[in-house]
Amino acid sequence: MKISYTSYGSVRGLGRVLPWAAPLTVAFAPAAVFAADLSLTVEVPRLDVAEYHRPYMAIWVEKADQSFAGNLAVWYDLKMRNKEGTKWLKDMRSWWRKSGRELDMPVDGISGATRAPGVHTVSFGNNSALKALPAGEYQLVIEAAREVGGRELLRLPFAWPGKAGAKATSSEARGQTELGAVSLTVQP
Amino acid sequence: MKKRLSLLASMAALAAAFAALLLPTAAQAHRSWLLPSGTVFSGQEPWVAVDAAVSNDIFYFEHNAGNLDNLVITGPDGKPVEAQNQAKTRYRSVFDVKLDQSGTYRIALVNDSVFASYKVGNETKRVRGTVESLRQEIPKDAQDLRVTRSQTRTETFVTRGKPGGDSLKPTGRGIELVAVTHPNDLFAGETATFRFVDDGKPAAGYGVTVILGGKRYQDKLTELNLDTDKNGEIKVKWPQAGMYWLEVEPARPARPQGAPQAGGPGMPAAPGAQGGPMGPAGTLDKPTRRAGYSLTLEVLPQ
Repeated sequence: MKISYTSYGSVRGLGRVLPWAAPLTVAFAPAAVFAADLSLTVEVPRLDVAEYHRPYMAIWVEKADQSFAGNLAVWYDLKMRNKEGTKWLKDMRSWWRKSGRELDMPVDGISGATRAPGVHTVSFGNNSALKALPAGEYQLVIEAAREVGGRELLRLPFAWPGKAGAKATSSEARGQTELGAVSLTVQP
Repeated sequence: MKKRLSLLASMAALAAAFAALLLPTAAQAHRSWLLPSGTVFSGQEPWVAVDAAVSNDIFYFEHNAGNLDNLVITGPDGKPVEAQNQAKTRYRSVFDVKLDQSGTYRIALVNDSVFASYKVGNETKRVRGTVESLRQEIPKDAQDLRVTRSQTRTETFVTRGKPGGDSLKPTGRGIELVAVTHPNDLFAGETATFRFVDDGKPAAGYGVTVILGGKRYQDKLTELNLDTDKNGEIKVKWPQAGMYWLEVEPARPARPQGAPQAGGPGMPAAPGAQGGPMGPAGTLDKPTRRAGYSLTLEVLPQ
């Protein structure tokens, strides 16, 4: 299998994304106690396979001991009639065990459509689970599963919400098959 | 010895249905199993497809189709569920179950019946039914009465959404699983605890065999042999992901020194019975008992 990456939206280009993403978060959440933001850049690899389906992706937060702490996003086929897309949610088997099987999808603020190959940046500053997290060390987990394809899971450590006034911190990881470069930035 | 041989010969002549009852215990190699197309489901109206067979190897169709007459499916609400699209082919039976409730479904082939043989003059008669029906049927002057109660259960569990529900409650008849670790929440490298009960009481000191399917692609059989503790519990650390077959058999009672071997080739002692078919004959009030349990489990990768 050949994996190639799209040329646009370099993963390293976080600096370009954040300056507008952070103020945006503040603007939409005026009631927030703090303005900390968590932003994730995830690359969906372009795969040269006979039958391609966009990956289902679950993004959630775990405590240091890998226990579940909250959902950030679940991208799946929302548009199929009779919620038929939910049939494959179990294929994100780690997420399914930790959270998915307890939920009745879609869930407001978490569900979203699948993403095409390329680089996507999402900001979770408004996520209610994230806002409710006590300060501490966490991991962001991203799990991708593709119909007639494989599955991959990556973990990115982060401190939340970070020290007020401190500089943004980031961590990175790279998948082998179903995920490309993934980068997480915490803006205290 | 002569009597034993003649009994063996008459056993061989039993009707097919009758023989099928004996098979799971009479011939160790023949294993009864249900193989679901999956055990973990999501979505609005998932369906599970199930194969039922009796075979030598685990999860390969090469001997007999399973008997669906005794199919009992229990939904998460504890109520019976109809199997759909039932069919019996040469080596396997098949059916589908529509999972329209959230929770765990119990899919089982349940056999609980009493059969007897007796002599009227020189003629040997065999009957099958319940203790009550046999009491009516068997003449008062019957000779050489032998009564056996057979309780076997072959089952599997499948879950839509969150595991749980009333289907996991034991019925109190025969050998059953009491889920300590949920049977649809098993992962490679983790340790599961299972408790077994026999007629609702802890199945202490029973023998448990756990075999990983897919032997065709492995040189070595992955097999675990365990004994239940005083609470009827075992702990299993799953060596790898896959479909597993688990069997529980009652402990064989110790034979007194010098007593004749109850089990010959292909005719082991009825497990859990006071002696085997050649031992003391069971009566209608106290039948010889055969009990067995087999379970198909899916262990997922982490």
